Amino acid sequence: MLEINNLACLRGDRLLFRQLSLSVQTGELWRVLGANGVGKTSLLRLLCGLTTPEAGEVLWQGKSIRQEREDFHAALLYLGHAPALNDLLTPVENLRFACAFGGDEASEADCKSALSRIGLSRQLDLPAKVLSQGQRRRVGLARLLLATRRPLWILDEPFTALDVAAVGELADVITQHASAGGMVIFTSHQDAGFSVPVRTLDIGELRGELGE
Amino acid sequence: MSAAIETKVGGNAFTAVLRRDLLLAWRTRADLLIALSFFLVVASLFPFGVGAETNQLRAIGPGVVWVAALLATLLALPRMFSQDFESGVLEQLLLSPEPPIVWVLAKILSHWLATGAPLVLMAPLLALMYGLQADEIGVLVATLALGTPILSLIGAVGAALTLGLRGAGSLLALLVLPLFVPVLVFGAGAVDAYAGSMSIKAHLLLMGGGLLGALALAPFACAASLRLALE
Repeated sequence: MLEINNLACLRGDRLLFRQLSLSVQTGELWRVLGANGVGKTSLLRLLCGLTTPEAGEVLWQGKSIRQEREDFHAALLYLGHAPALNDLLTPVENLRFACAFGGDEASEADCKSALSRIGLSRQLDLPAKVLSQGQRRRVGLARLLLATRRPLWILDEPFTALDVAAVGELADVITQHASAGGMVIFTSHQDAGFSVPVRTLDIGELRGELGE
Repeated sequence: MSAAIETKVGGNAFTAVLRRDLLLAWRTRADLLIALSFFLVVASLFPFGVGAETNQLRAIGPGVVWVAALLATLLALPRMFSQDFESGVLEQLLLSPEPPIVWVLAKILSHWLATGAPLVLMAPLLALMYGLQADEIGVLVATLALGTPILSLIGAVGAALTLGLRGAGSLLALLVLPLFVPVLVFGAGAVDAYAGSMSIKAHLLLMGGGLLGALALAPFACAASLRLALE
């Protein structure tokens, strides 16, 4: 369970939000809403522990993610804005590396089958620099397929640049993860059509309370 | 929550990062050749400037080789983290459950293997050019082998501190070159001392101590700076 207590985020000298409290239970799907620049990515980075909150704290299984960093990061998969690919490595090499340092056991065959499953079977041996934006995103998607053991997924704009078929597939993967007892927090500007209820957190509304 | 989801994840960040960075170094070997050629060219310039008088060349040889090695190391430093920073890999590395110093050490080691080690191997060639004796060359190579890892370790902290800044390359040079001075003094000094038939034990011990000190402190400083750069 992920608990957020009275979180406040300062970016430069602008207060993005404050007194944000939320509790994410197993099996829940959360979508973070808000206009551009409202602080969605900042919130996700705070939740991952990449940045330090101005006030408040984030608890994972009742313990602060600062104090129990290793346990928390072993349970977390974060996909950020950038697809985290090296241009000179092939999708297989990139994926194997991501799994290896993250601590997910994945053989070359596992990576290949995950990549084939999301439609990159013909790009397995090409350097990532020749892939299109959507194809780069799909490599990140394959990472999700290999990280089903991690309960908490935090995904920043996972649907960007994906075609209709891939959006549907990603929605399925996310739904499956939630129904298997995982938790997913994501930002998105489009409705992907999930078959399970999606809770929403509107940062724009929080800002309204700030009186801006 | 299902049992499968609760399985604890444990990994091996060190070997993963080392293998990948060495593979990348091999794929971008043209860049490494540039650093090596730079080393060669800088060291070859001095005879044109100071004249080709044998005794004089022999006197300045160790110092020149050391300065050239230092500059060549500097050339490759900005690339140490910048690519991973821009592509988002660094962010993912910081989210690895293993302590950051593990993979930071792997990155520094692979950087040294790809840039420092070739410099050490090429140094005898330049030393011959300057007319150093075989045993003097041996001392020079030994000091380089001890000293270049210190350069990589200190340089890594500088590279992490200047990550994402404008003009990072020149700032990095300003930041780390003064810190390289002790390494240069004892490195080049050891060869001079040997040529003057003095004991070089003190030089080598000091450099070894410096290496251990840098090994103990630099990865922590580097990891902390990387965390700051991504805040």
